[in-house]
Amino acid sequence: MTGKTRLASLVVLAAAAAVACSHPAPQTAPAPAGPNQDSINAENARRDSIAKADAARRDSIARAQADADRLRNGRDAATKALTQVIYFDFDSDALKDDARSSLDAKIGILNASPDVKIRVGGNTDERGSDEYNLALGQRRAAAAKRYLTDHGISGDRIDIISYGEEHPVATGHDESSWSQNRRDEFEVTAGADQIKGAP
Amino acid sequence: MLETQRLIIGAALVSACLAMPARANAQQQDTTRGVRIGLTYQPGTKPGVVVFPVSGPDGDSIQAMVQRDFDYGDRIEVIGGDAVQQTARTQASKNAIDFTIWKSLSAAAVVQISVMGSTAHVNVYDVAAKKLAAAHDVTVSGAPNSEEWRMSVHAMSDQIEQWITGVHGIAATRILYVRGNRIYVIDSDGFGEHAVSGPGTVLAPAWAPDGHTIAFSELARAGWNVVLRDLTTGREHTVSSTPGGLNITPAFSPDGQWLCYAHGEENGTDLYMVSASGSGAARRVTVGRGTDNVSPTFSPDGARLAFTSGRAGHPEVYTSDADGSNVDLLTPFNFGDQNYRSNPDWSPDGRLIAFQSQLDGRFQIMTITLRDRTVKQLTSEGINEDPTWAPDGRHLAFTSSRTGVKEIFVLDAESGRARQLTHDAGARLAAWSRGTGAP
Repeated sequence: MTGKTRLASLVVLAAAAAVACSHPAPQTAPAPAGPNQDSINAENARRDSIAKADAARRDSIARAQADADRLRNGRDAATKALTQVIYFDFDSDALKDDARSSLDAKIGILNASPDVKIRVGGNTDERGSDEYNLALGQRRAAAAKRYLTDHGISGDRIDIISYGEEHPVATGHDESSWSQNRRDEFEVTAGADQIKGAP
Repeated sequence: MLETQRLIIGAALVSACLAMPARANAQQQDTTRGVRIGLTYQPGTKPGVVVFPVSGPDGDSIQAMVQRDFDYGDRIEVIGGDAVQQTARTQASKNAIDFTIWKSLSAAAVVQISVMGSTAHVNVYDVAAKKLAAAHDVTVSGAPNSEEWRMSVHAMSDQIEQWITGVHGIAATRILYVRGNRIYVIDSDGFGEHAVSGPGTVLAPAWAPDGHTIAFSELARAGWNVVLRDLTTGREHTVSSTPGGLNITPAFSPDGQWLCYAHGEENGTDLYMVSASGSGAARRVTVGRGTDNVSPTFSPDGARLAFTSGRAGHPEVYTSDADGSNVDLLTPFNFGDQNYRSNPDWSPDGRLIAFQSQLDGRFQIMTITLRDRTVKQLTSEGINEDPTWAPDGRHLAFTSSRTGVKEIFVLDAESGRARQLTHDAGARLAAWSRGTGAP
């Protein structure tokens, strides 16, 4: 939403700039009785000038769009990395290698985006005790938070919550579902429009 | 079938019979405790009982309920059928009980109930002795088929069961459970089911001994709270003795003075004890050092706790003193074992702890004796979880997937007989009310 607003304002700016450029287009001289070389030259110059201004305006819009796209793509990519889910083994809160890589990427983004806050939601598969799974989910969320704070991210920027086995993303009763449900989810709770990719 | 010779007719019977007419007008409260009429219950046998047609308004409903209560109690064999009822009707109309017929049908007792207004007059006859063994007036209150009325009929069944077997019945009890996003309550016979909490993600309901306060955990934006709710007034109170985060699995002490629950933040989950009012400072009970300690259950004397702890890796059931000292691993730990054991519930007689144990990845209900740690497996069909003892220390309610969906089942741990309590998919986390429902 904010990204779109920003893009729109860039487009407006670019259009305004283009209008400003076209403004000093030469005034046509008083019309002579018939065409002469001067007036033909002037007319050509005028056309060239308009064409140039049009091209400049098109370039300017394209540039603005490209900038906006880059910015948005960068923010989208950073947001995607920041909210990328990490997965766990059965009855475990140990961070696996791919979970650590994902958290490392989040650390870069969080360092580059100091106004951003997140919430880590710990989840479990349906096996195990409904009640014990709440505590296990809490431990999974805490494990991710601890990794982030151990790497310099302020604890104030990270909330944790456990959903136990109450919020499955896959509802099957086999390992392919269970493995998708044993996870930490990351939700941006503040500064979503301030997310920047790691430099 | 029952043999009458297995019944010991105590010498006390004669004096009891003589005393009965004098006590007939006594209030129910005066006769609920310690009264036995000498038909001694022998484990493994079930005295046969004939319930005569009940005279008075809603007599048929009352008779059906009492018979079902006896049946569900698993301590009495109800002798029924059309022929029996026809004979009973004839005898009742002549006001003459022919004990010979009932003896030939292996009946130990005949129950005759007549209702006048809100009073039910109950006569219990000892077939072997051919005598009136107990005669009492009990109150049946409320509009017919209302919750109050049904509970008072159940209370009458429980009282009659005590007169016949010496053990108070469990018909006048209720069970909490979770389905979808609400907590429900259901009578022990499967009637009267209704929601008792507003919509929300709720788990782990528990009864206070007063029978009208419940505790449960509820998911809020900032985490899980323990919430107390008075079922009579509908008033709710969020326990604030511990910060937000994870506050789950509440349990009331048997004296109703304390609430024990699990609280976790970022360094594991431990048990805490607060006043049952849900206010004031929380005292930490377990020191799990970053592990999870949840699902407490009190011993009947309130002096000990059993709980689930992951302190040794996978969850196991531990016991400790109520202050957290003298921790002891209860369930047998097998090194490298991927299975786990959890969700203990201490039996009301103190002898056993029921828990769930994984076998080939599926939970089954087990009991373990505290005296010699003998483990007994009670279920094998489907996945069976979250056992809760009935006040008689003999029946258990639990979640079972045996029908393909989660429902609450009731199991007689002695006979192995099971019945389905709920009939709507997704029921789980049952909690049986405390006490026998006796006034």
